Amino acid sequence: MNMSVNYSEISVERIDEGRRRFIVCGTTIAGSMVLGLPSIGLTEVGGDMDGERQIGFFIEINADGSVIIGTNQPEIGQGARTALPMLVAEELDVEWSKVSVRQMPLGIVKTEEGYAWKYGGQGAGGSDGLSSNWDFMREVGATARQQLIRAAAARLNVPASSCRTKPGYVLCDAPAGEIPYGDLVAEAARLDMPAESPPLKDMKDYRIVGKAQNTVDALEIVTGQSRYGIDTVEPDMRYAVIARSPYLNGSVRSFDDTEARKVDGVLDVFEIDGPALGEPYLILASGVAVVATSTWAAIKGRKALRVEWEAGPSATDNSEDFWKQNEEMLKSQGQIVVDDGEYEKAMSDADKVVSRQYQVPFVSHQPLEPQNCYAHVQENFCHVIAPTQSPSGASRAAAAVTGLARESIHIDMTRVGGGFGRRLTNDYVAEACMISQATGWPVKLQWTREDDVKNDFYRPAGLHEMHAGLDTDGKVIAWTQRLASASKYYRRPNMPDENLWQAELYSDDFPRRMVDNMRLEYFHNPIGLPRGSWRAPAHTANAFVIQSFLDEVAHESGQDPLALRLELLGEERELEYGNHGGPTFNPGRLARLITFVADRIDYGTERPDGRGVGIATHFTFGGYAAHAFEVEVSSQGELSIERIIAAIDCGFAVNPNAVEAQLQGGTIDGISTALGLEITVKDGQVQQSNFNDYPLLKIAALPSAFEAHIVPYNNIPTGVGEIGIPSSAPALTNAIFAATGIRIRRLPIGDQLKQAMAA
Amino acid sequence: MISFKVNAKTVSFEGDANTPLLWVLRDHLGLTGSKFACGIGQCGACTVHVDGNAQRSCILPVGAIEDRSITTIEGLAAADGGLHPVQKAWLEIDVPQCGYCQAGQIMATADLLNKHPSPSDRDIDENVTNICRCGTYVRIRNAIHRAAELAEAGE
Repeated sequence: MNMSVNYSEISVERIDEGRRRFIVCGTTIAGSMVLGLPSIGLTEVGGDMDGERQIGFFIEINADGSVIIGTNQPEIGQGARTALPMLVAEELDVEWSKVSVRQMPLGIVKTEEGYAWKYGGQGAGGSDGLSSNWDFMREVGATARQQLIRAAAARLNVPASSCRTKPGYVLCDAPAGEIPYGDLVAEAARLDMPAESPPLKDMKDYRIVGKAQNTVDALEIVTGQSRYGIDTVEPDMRYAVIARSPYLNGSVRSFDDTEARKVDGVLDVFEIDGPALGEPYLILASGVAVVATSTWAAIKGRKALRVEWEAGPSATDNSEDFWKQNEEMLKSQGQIVVDDGEYEKAMSDADKVVSRQYQVPFVSHQPLEPQNCYAHVQENFCHVIAPTQSPSGASRAAAAVTGLARESIHIDMTRVGGGFGRRLTNDYVAEACMISQATGWPVKLQWTREDDVKNDFYRPAGLHEMHAGLDTDGKVIAWTQRLASASKYYRRPNMPDENLWQAELYSDDFPRRMVDNMRLEYFHNPIGLPRGSWRAPAHTANAFVIQSFLDEVAHESGQDPLALRLELLGEERELEYGNHGGPTFNPGRLARLITFVADRIDYGTERPDGRGVGIATHFTFGGYAAHAFEVEVSSQGELSIERIIAAIDCGFAVNPNAVEAQLQGGTIDGISTALGLEITVKDGQVQQSNFNDYPLLKIAALPSAFEAHIVPYNNIPTGVGEIGIPSSAPALTNAIFAATGIRIRRLPIGDQLKQAMAA
Repeated sequence: MISFKVNAKTVSFEGDANTPLLWVLRDHLGLTGSKFACGIGQCGACTVHVDGNAQRSCILPVGAIEDRSITTIEGLAAADGGLHPVQKAWLEIDVPQCGYCQAGQIMATADLLNKHPSPSDRDIDENVTNICRCGTYVRIRNAIHRAAELAEAGE
């Protein structure tokens, strides 16, 4: 997914910011990175500016030297709220300890040419929030600093070239030449914007960026003051839940709300129309909404409802059938989407062919904060407060429900209690708008955990068939991945069938261009289960499959798994990479990382029986990661993870503290999912319901010997939110094989070890 | 009417006695620091102290706490605002990612340290069974040990 920044010229727009009123003067600089901001000067029209001073949209400097920096991206735990303001503060030249952070709402502006985004592109997906704002946010800070310098120079009547800054001050070579920023803001804000953006700092002079900084709002979090979407309280707000069809593609046949309406606090009960069959999802399911004076009253009212469901066209969907269908499909010829060299000839020339199948299940996102949304739909205005990864998607959803113009919809973003891709779709925003529109009330819609498990855009499941052809020296000369899966691109608007594979096989991934004769083949197996982006989408499946298979190829051909990988990856060089995270991919960086983790875990050292080490590496959305696991498996099949080494090469770590956190978290997400998570369907219904049968990992499963290393590479930061997960699961299952000789070819691992040991 | 104490203040609730304490705290008393996540006592995001012991408030009917004393994350710090050693350790180690589970993790840890002032890794594994979906467990473990040190030093 690409959340690329979309700037357009802004002419003149009136915005309300509390008691202040500004005219935004659009003096954009064609071709410059500062388009949309901070080249937009803010001119005060009325109101009181005392005590609050703003330069552009993002920076406010108070007389006491405190600085408030806006952050345009949603905060889902990835650390954007800390990292992006760090970039501004560095170039602005202020003390980080003086900075506090403000979450910007969706900055949508209507112009003659269409919608424009006054705060740049906004959205958390594809791990590019940092890389796509790297220049942009630094230029915001640098431009503001330059304006402060110019304001000081003008005031003292000296050339700007004789002025410089120290944190929070402009210093000019003149009497009384040291002026605090807070004294200069009003003058700086009135200056014309420069024709060119100012030069950026030399990175060796950084004082804030590149240094470990703690989470900016950690104090609010640990004292229970941080506000998530679920914590929203607005005047006259009502509370709502929805009873959704338990059947995929089912609908309400009839319902009896007599008992529900008797529940104290229940105010209204009505039907919610589901999405049209086969069409893109505005919401996930048809259902019955219950609106009440409190969350618990709404939940009780829902329990008292009696709903007859129409099971619908997916009522015969079953996971067991789905896997059989995948197997059958792989016996035929699919859509060949990559065909390099002379694959068939190379396979027939091969001295040895290794073939395996791997099964990757549907899984659910389960951010810990269940879906929720506040909406107030009025005649000409709609206010939404949502924990969302995609505020522009929220705006589209609200517009689709209400028919209001998007500039009449205000989207506020809260801190988000986990994303993992779930909140890239805004179905819960659409539902909240439907309920508010139907009742006229401001409403907070609340999902329960059961709602979240049974109604999700699940990670696609697939059966992967791998073949490798080796020459007499053990060199891989032919490679194919044949995948039968339920594509994520199911029910997407304007999505031709021949493109469904693109969400499941990233055509330029390893080992493309490292094996001369290569094929990728796809079969689409539809099922009624909705699908969506789950952290690092297809990379989690494909890294597991490819890194497991490489181990199997090595063992089958008498080669060492690390040596085989290094042979294939080769030296450092930039290869063309057309998928998200490109334009290039340097396999040598993976070789460097996997060597690093192998060294740290003493890869070459023999382990006693029942102990083993596994390694894996993967390139994800521009970033590089590798893992090494050491595990012990008892004769009863009890797995104990003894040691984990994780390493990331994200180019340059803007906030090493957050990079380490994401690497730790991604690694653990990979383990949690591989060990026990799977969504299954029986008779058209999701079988899991809550954490009792969808068991997210707890602390006891993890060793205290857990190292997360940042291995720097250059001065260009990549994202980090999704990089740490894909190679975690295959390193674990490769370690299990090394310890036991048991090869995990079907996720989750579940009780497979116990069964294999008992057999 | 059910009366009880929350963070040293006496409060009362007039609704359904089966209402889980969590929803009374959140919707009726405006204390939103305790989080709803599973509703079945599995994840611990809603953990509060009832007479000093950690309990999962999402499955605790308010009718069962008549005259009891509840501490939530909002009341964990000292009356003068001084942070609890667990909160200090959480800040020092910078545990939170999304942060949603952390109030519950902190309340569970505060209870653990009352009972095991210098917990082993095994004590942690057995007693802090809260779910963190972001996987901050490495830092949670470090922060628990650090909190034990801070508490020991009287900080």
